[in-house]
Amino acid sequence: MFTSSVGKKLVMGLTGLFLITFLVIHAGINACIWANDGGEMFNKAAHFMGSSVVIRILEIGLMAGFLIHIIQGISLEIQNRRKRAIGYAVKLGNRGSKWYSRSMGLLGTLILLFLIIHLSQFWVPNRSHQGWLLGEELNLYDRMESTFKQPWVVLVYVLGCISLFWHLVHGFQSAFRTLGVSNHRYLKMINNTGIGFSLIVSLAFAMMPVSMHFNWI
Amino acid sequence: MLNSKIPAGPLEQKWTNYKGHCKLVNPANKRKLEIIVVGTGLAGASAAASLGEMGYKVKTFCFQDSPRRAHSIAAQGGINAAKNYQNDGDSVYRLFYDTIKGGDYRSREANVHRLSEVSANIIDQCVAQGVPFAREYGGLLSNRSFGGVQVQRTFYAAGQTGQQLLIGAYQALERQIALGTVEMFSRHEMLDVVVIDGKARGIIVRDLVTGKLERHFGHAVLLCSGGYGNVFYLSTNAMGSNVTAAWKAHKKGAFFGNPCYTQIHPTCIPVTGDHQSKLTLMSESLRNDGRIWVPKKQNDNRKANEIPEDERDYYLERRYPAFGNLVPRDVASRAAKERCDAGYGVGSSRQAVFLDYKEAIQRYGKIECSKHGNHNPSAEEIRHHGMEVVKEKYGNLFDMYEKITGENPYNVPMRIYPAVHYTMGGLWVDYELMTSVQGLYALGEANFSDHGANRLGASALMQGLADGYFVIPYTVGNYLADEIRTPEIPTSHPAFEEAEKAVAERISNLMNIKGSQTVESFHKRLGKIMWDKCGMARNAEGLKQAIEEIKSLREEFWKNLRIPGDINEMNPELDKANRVADFLELGELMCKDALLREESCGGHFREEYQTPEGEALRNDDRFMFVAAWEFKNGNNWDLHKEELKYDEVKPTQRSYK
Amino acid sequence: MEHYTMNLKLKVWKQKNTSSKGSFETFEVKDISSEMSFLEMFDVLNEKLINEGKEPIAFDHDCREGICGMCSMYINGRPHGPWHGTTTCQLHMRAFKDGDTIVVEPWRANAFPVIKDLMVDRGAFDRIIQAGGYISVNTGNAVDGNAIPIEKEKADSSFAAAACIGCGACVAACKNSSAMLFVSAKISHLALLPQGDPERKTRALNMLAQMDTEGFGSCTNTGACEAVCPKEISISYIARANAEFTLAALTSDK
Repeated sequence: MFTSSVGKKLVMGLTGLFLITFLVIHAGINACIWANDGGEMFNKAAHFMGSSVVIRILEIGLMAGFLIHIIQGISLEIQNRRKRAIGYAVKLGNRGSKWYSRSMGLLGTLILLFLIIHLSQFWVPNRSHQGWLLGEELNLYDRMESTFKQPWVVLVYVLGCISLFWHLVHGFQSAFRTLGVSNHRYLKMINNTGIGFSLIVSLAFAMMPVSMHFNWI
Repeated sequence: MLNSKIPAGPLEQKWTNYKGHCKLVNPANKRKLEIIVVGTGLAGASAAASLGEMGYKVKTFCFQDSPRRAHSIAAQGGINAAKNYQNDGDSVYRLFYDTIKGGDYRSREANVHRLSEVSANIIDQCVAQGVPFAREYGGLLSNRSFGGVQVQRTFYAAGQTGQQLLIGAYQALERQIALGTVEMFSRHEMLDVVVIDGKARGIIVRDLVTGKLERHFGHAVLLCSGGYGNVFYLSTNAMGSNVTAAWKAHKKGAFFGNPCYTQIHPTCIPVTGDHQSKLTLMSESLRNDGRIWVPKKQNDNRKANEIPEDERDYYLERRYPAFGNLVPRDVASRAAKERCDAGYGVGSSRQAVFLDYKEAIQRYGKIECSKHGNHNPSAEEIRHHGMEVVKEKYGNLFDMYEKITGENPYNVPMRIYPAVHYTMGGLWVDYELMTSVQGLYALGEANFSDHGANRLGASALMQGLADGYFVIPYTVGNYLADEIRTPEIPTSHPAFEEAEKAVAERISNLMNIKGSQTVESFHKRLGKIMWDKCGMARNAEGLKQAIEEIKSLREEFWKNLRIPGDINEMNPELDKANRVADFLELGELMCKDALLREESCGGHFREEYQTPEGEALRNDDRFMFVAAWEFKNGNNWDLHKEELKYDEVKPTQRSYK
Repeated sequence: MEHYTMNLKLKVWKQKNTSSKGSFETFEVKDISSEMSFLEMFDVLNEKLINEGKEPIAFDHDCREGICGMCSMYINGRPHGPWHGTTTCQLHMRAFKDGDTIVVEPWRANAFPVIKDLMVDRGAFDRIIQAGGYISVNTGNAVDGNAIPIEKEKADSSFAAAACIGCGACVAACKNSSAMLFVSAKISHLALLPQGDPERKTRALNMLAQMDTEGFGSCTNTGACEAVCPKEISISYIARANAEFTLAALTSDK
């Protein structure tokens, strides 16, 4: 089932939706930085995420989700590009589809690059500090404050969030289409929800480094 | 000489008796028998699929890139069937009677009755195949009225009935291809029939991609290659529609029946200039609500909307008060031509009349307004609501008109003019659809059989599918039952060799002319001769001239044709040349046939034979026969007459006053 | 409607046959009437080329009324040219103006190899239909046409999917050369009817498998197919086919 082209899309859609749920949790926890308590609530939440066995096991699932989504996505992009050996002299471009829907591979790659930077700044140091066991964690709030002092980091994060926004605008509704939602009314609803969701999540994430950089919190 | 093999017995028992007594082929033998089907329209695809299902080895050929492209796909209106779902008094007999009368008493009673009998099975078969016919809210099939008959018996799928029926047959065909019972050869054109000991045993085809000639053996050959309307150059046929397969059969001994019977459809989009390559039909249903008129003044240059009401001549309503705009196709076409010839035509070419929806918009608008409780509507409101109703009924046709002409038919009247649409004539066949060559059959528009001198609307699809699904499976078996001892004839047989050599020679002759004129230019000139002198109205003098003109055009063609490219490659110009060369011979026979028939009937109107009011005047005493022409040599033909006997229906003069 | 004439420059793909390498050639046509169809403009050009002793441009066309699906030109970067819901043969020269340069290419996809110039081989579509795009009912097996009532809404939706003319514009437009709109239209046409129900699962699985075998890409829901479809077939049929596939894959042992 998952070796066929529709099956592969199904994998993309399912992992995509799974990653979307992760985004909700991630955004929710990180939003604690705006509690205006010097990072107390945020660190508590982060501690919960870092010290619970269950969550750490789920984290492995999340890793798998990312890896499958990324590997499958890259391989599909390569395969699809090979289906037209000779290209057109004049491209259809935006007359047939939105630029971002055609650029999922590119946007995904940008997000991947951002992800590597992001993980190396927070997740990797924290987990290596903890060791394999549920050891003591870093003060992530402090780490955020120091990291986001540097303007280039803020810029990279904002760009990453912009990529995420466009990736989600197409990915959100596309996933539901792949899962087989064909009712026009629902599709419209899903489309609007998708745009709203992408906007809120990307904006929330983008505002975190920005507000820290400018000392709004 | 002509034996139509009509079974004995009462009319309504003939087909049942035939089926009960015809010879059968057992399943093991069917696997050994090969059948060739040329053409994949409704008749060809349905025949090939059905014969494949029965277990025969079938080979199918079409010149298009896929069997689904055949021109049956373009039929708009619908398909008739005597189902009487509407409880309005329809029956097999009534469909039979309407078809005979519509054909102006020039068709064979037994064939038409059989057609009416199987019409109901066609609908069942198509529904089972998944043809999405229009339905009512209760989930049952919907019908509409059509072509001036008094019952609602036309089944339809919006304005794309032909497309849906063809796709149904195409899918059945593709299923057999997948199962291996049918082998498909697309982009192949048949260029000759191979006849061995008086029986059709195969064909020579050209692979249009490589240009190579191929030989194919068959115990029987079915020609389902459509009509020859493109002899007129401009017609509603597809660009590739041609007579070549039928014409080759004719030259190998199959008689050609009633070649002069041509249907001219009254509502087509007019010609805009010399560049015109084909004509587009606008469904006959438009005449239900539109009014047809021309200005009362000759050569009036005013725009349609500037011509006041009392300066308009609604000539159909004037001439035929009883039927008005709803007179049959042939009558409406001739009336339009009469007005244009007299100098009242409109548009830049003056070869068009107006089809006006202004009044219909007003009428529907007022009804809608009062439905909405608005009893004092403004002109604006009336127009708005009226346009909405018209849009719902005819929107797709109006859009098509606008695409082609660039004019908005809601604001200005449409311009229409008659165009060649269908050919009732074709290869002569007997009751079993066999031509005068043993084992060579003709189905659908390619044969002459069921429509007489004029075809009723929504009957072409019916005939194509009746022949393919329900007639040929029985009749071909009756012939093949005696062929089970005939082993496959190797295509190295001298007859194949000779036929291929003749085809190759003709192709190289065509290529070697190396003259200066294009195929297209010859085709256009032939079309003009045919349209002017063998078109909507014909007379002896014109036909005689036409015969001479065609002869000299043919000579010029063989002296001065230029075909670029090579033989052994994809060469569309060569394909066209092969077809036009045959049209140049057919055209002459059509004129001969029209000259012979000194009467007016259905689509054949001889100016010398009309009533004082200008209506068609039949001559049943002298011409109640099928003219079946036998090709002799060069341009000599022998005429065979099949007398038509009417046991059930009594021929009368049609009147629409 | 005011008519006008125009002079145009045409950049057309020329390719002798499947195995040879093609390239663009530039042609000029004069006094083209705005009333002509696009293919009639090509007729004029071809007549001119033959008269000059050159080879005309090969292109597919037949009915010239927008229904057979044979015409297939990629005009100025769009399958079937600039008008929406229109086939190449129904495109008229009013869409262009004097002095325009028009670039005409064949459908491009590995699954549609070029035969000559602008002609491509769409046999892959026929083979996809062979894989299951039918209802297995032999002639004579049918029950009465009204024996099974069909909900009007479903019949209408089935018809809208069945309106596909198999031209291949969806593949030509898709950045992935995916044939999903074509395949899903056929799957939906038959799945929406009770007659198509018995073979519903195998049909979806087999047709989609054949689509992959033929070398079409996978769908990423960009919507380009829907935008260029001359019959305006909705992309929601793709979602429908996805559901058919998933259901079939999960519940069938095939």
